[in-house]
Amino acid sequence: MSEQVSASAPPQMVNVQINGVWHEFPKGTRVIEACEKAGSYVPRYCYHKKLSSPGNCRMCLIEMGLPKMGPDRKPELGADGKPVINWMPRPQISCAQDVSEGMGIRTDSPLAQECRKGVMEFLLINHPLDCPICDQAGECRLQEFSVEYGRADSRFLENKVKKPKNIELGPRVTLDDERCILCSRCIRFCQEVAQDDVLGFVDRGSHSVLTAHPGKRLENNYSLNTVDICPVGALTSSDFRFQMRVWFLKETKSFCTSCATGCNTVIGTREDVIYRQTPRENDAVNSSWMCDYGRLNFNYLQSEKRLLEPEILSGDKLVPSDWNTAIAHAAAQLKHFSGWEIAIIASGRMTNEELWLTRQLATTLGVDLIDIVPRTGPGDDILLSVDRNPNTNGARLLGVTSYPGARLREIVDGVASGRIRGLVALGEDAADIGLTPAQLAGLPAFVVLNLLANNSTAAATALLPSFGFAEKRGSMINGKGRLQRLNRAVRGPGQARDDWEILRDLIQAYSGRNGIYSIEDVFRQMSESVPALAGLSLSKIGDLGVQVLEIEQSPAPLWELESEKAAR
Amino acid sequence: MAITVSRPKLNFRERLYLPAILSGMAITMRHFKNMLFGRTKVTMQYPEEKWDSHMPEHYRGAPALVRDDTGRVRCVACQLCEFICPPRAIKIIPGEFPAGDKFAKVEKFPHEFDIDMIRCIYCGLCEEVCPEQAIYLRKDYAITGFTRADMVHNKEKLLEIGGVMHGVVLKWNEKK
Repeated sequence: MSEQVSASAPPQMVNVQINGVWHEFPKGTRVIEACEKAGSYVPRYCYHKKLSSPGNCRMCLIEMGLPKMGPDRKPELGADGKPVINWMPRPQISCAQDVSEGMGIRTDSPLAQECRKGVMEFLLINHPLDCPICDQAGECRLQEFSVEYGRADSRFLENKVKKPKNIELGPRVTLDDERCILCSRCIRFCQEVAQDDVLGFVDRGSHSVLTAHPGKRLENNYSLNTVDICPVGALTSSDFRFQMRVWFLKETKSFCTSCATGCNTVIGTREDVIYRQTPRENDAVNSSWMCDYGRLNFNYLQSEKRLLEPEILSGDKLVPSDWNTAIAHAAAQLKHFSGWEIAIIASGRMTNEELWLTRQLATTLGVDLIDIVPRTGPGDDILLSVDRNPNTNGARLLGVTSYPGARLREIVDGVASGRIRGLVALGEDAADIGLTPAQLAGLPAFVVLNLLANNSTAAATALLPSFGFAEKRGSMINGKGRLQRLNRAVRGPGQARDDWEILRDLIQAYSGRNGIYSIEDVFRQMSESVPALAGLSLSKIGDLGVQVLEIEQSPAPLWELESEKAAR
Repeated sequence: MAITVSRPKLNFRERLYLPAILSGMAITMRHFKNMLFGRTKVTMQYPEEKWDSHMPEHYRGAPALVRDDTGRVRCVACQLCEFICPPRAIKIIPGEFPAGDKFAKVEKFPHEFDIDMIRCIYCGLCEEVCPEQAIYLRKDYAITGFTRADMVHNKEKLLEIGGVMHGVVLKWNEKK
């Protein structure tokens, strides 16, 4: 059967009795999922809805029954007109079985409760009392279920089994085998999602341990997802290790800006310091995963190279200034030139709002020569995109570029020939596109808006420090045409300002007030003039984003095509 | 709602006031007499005299960190006290024992441990919450300093107040 037919046909529904109440579920629903939907959460360690079900932790044991069949092979009906259920004498695992017509489930019967208590006791037999030093404490399933379903004391008098601790399983993952409860989630993740089958169990019984294949390491670009799905503290992130207890972290929903995929994330912060990023489920973008490269790519926001105050060129060196002076200074410098003498280098890392304001700035200045800097890297078939700019589609949609990088040659040539005398570099290093320090130093007006000092910032005539992705609000369109929203997780450092405010002030220095006082105003004006964004607002984007563009080809090949074109 | 307070009905003796005044005067005179003969002592001459020896067992003074019998700082920087501390007086920066260290098995220790004694309210929740029995409220009450920085007890100061606590936390011992 083709996929289209199955998608259009309504799913077949089956009747299931859960804790005495009859519910309807589509055929093929896992019993454990059905119970959760019915409001009776079944505890589980090994089951993960994005992975296969081995049924090896036994935590999800429930009591199950099937309809009692009469001699005519039809279910016998009770007084209420519902099938009579034949309860099985033994508990069943709910994670490896689909619901069926007339099935009965008891998640809280004395049998089920007793089973959970027994499983908890067995799991805790060899578990170390590491909670005070364990990074998982606070988000540990073993802690949670121990409180909910376990017993308060231990009956275990024997010596606990000694296993390897504090093992470097890979460059980013630390393993503690004593904490491992052998759920095999990490093994299945590496087999099924990361396509890098390096983990496995060795030895038997109480001495079973998780380990990497001899001579191999867990070093694929998705290794830190095993840390997320590990229900206990066996696998911990070496980067986050001992940095901060999880209960201190303020969690902000955002998305990763390290490539065009835009994996949905949660940013964990405390007192304006970012400690970690973890993936957030969004089946339209990243399922439940994200790559290690994107996950760990936030430390630059806390780097020493952050620009902290606006600076203007006075005499022959940059001196700190205040914002009003710096904006006025930058605007006055560009005013000397007509539009064809100015070029704008924008960035595919800017939000839609900023790109739209950049477009406005270009219009105000009469500038035609504007482009973004392409940024590529090796991609994979899982999540990582070849296009490392998170908002290439936004830049295209808002008319900042048609082929990213196509006009950069023209800018370099223009500067070299002396035709271009005013350059605006927004979030990009002008040295990266091939401009030499001497050429940049020779520019009468070189306005730089960036968050980090780079090779060209020293040559700026006006330096405007801006915010990073976790410090601002805004929207971007990912490689698949999905509009997603950034939320502010931390405050920006020093006197740095939100990019859109700087751009607005620059525009206002020429054209006076334009009715923009908040980022919502920017989005409103943008949505009024861009049909694809019509009727949307930042709050309407929601946490999971909105599909705004139909991208026929996957972004990677399309991108390659374009960079080839640009190179010609 | 307004509350009506009923006035007591005074009898003749009470309305006269004089008996009450005289009995009050008698008490005053008795105290005066005791003072003259040195039988009452109302003022303790602090700091020459101190109350320390009378301090009850449950007295809550300055919080302090303790070492165990092997000399290890008992604290493993779990930061539960930092979390529970109502005035947010505690600040901990965790550190990791390097491989090969005598205490490498414990993995974690407080690299920095500061208690701001201006903020501390001596509530004792840190002692109560500590899973390692590493922080105790001692009987020190005269916490003084000339600057705000003086009033922040760092790890060294806290260990100096705390000393060694012999006890029963054996879980970090090497397994057999």
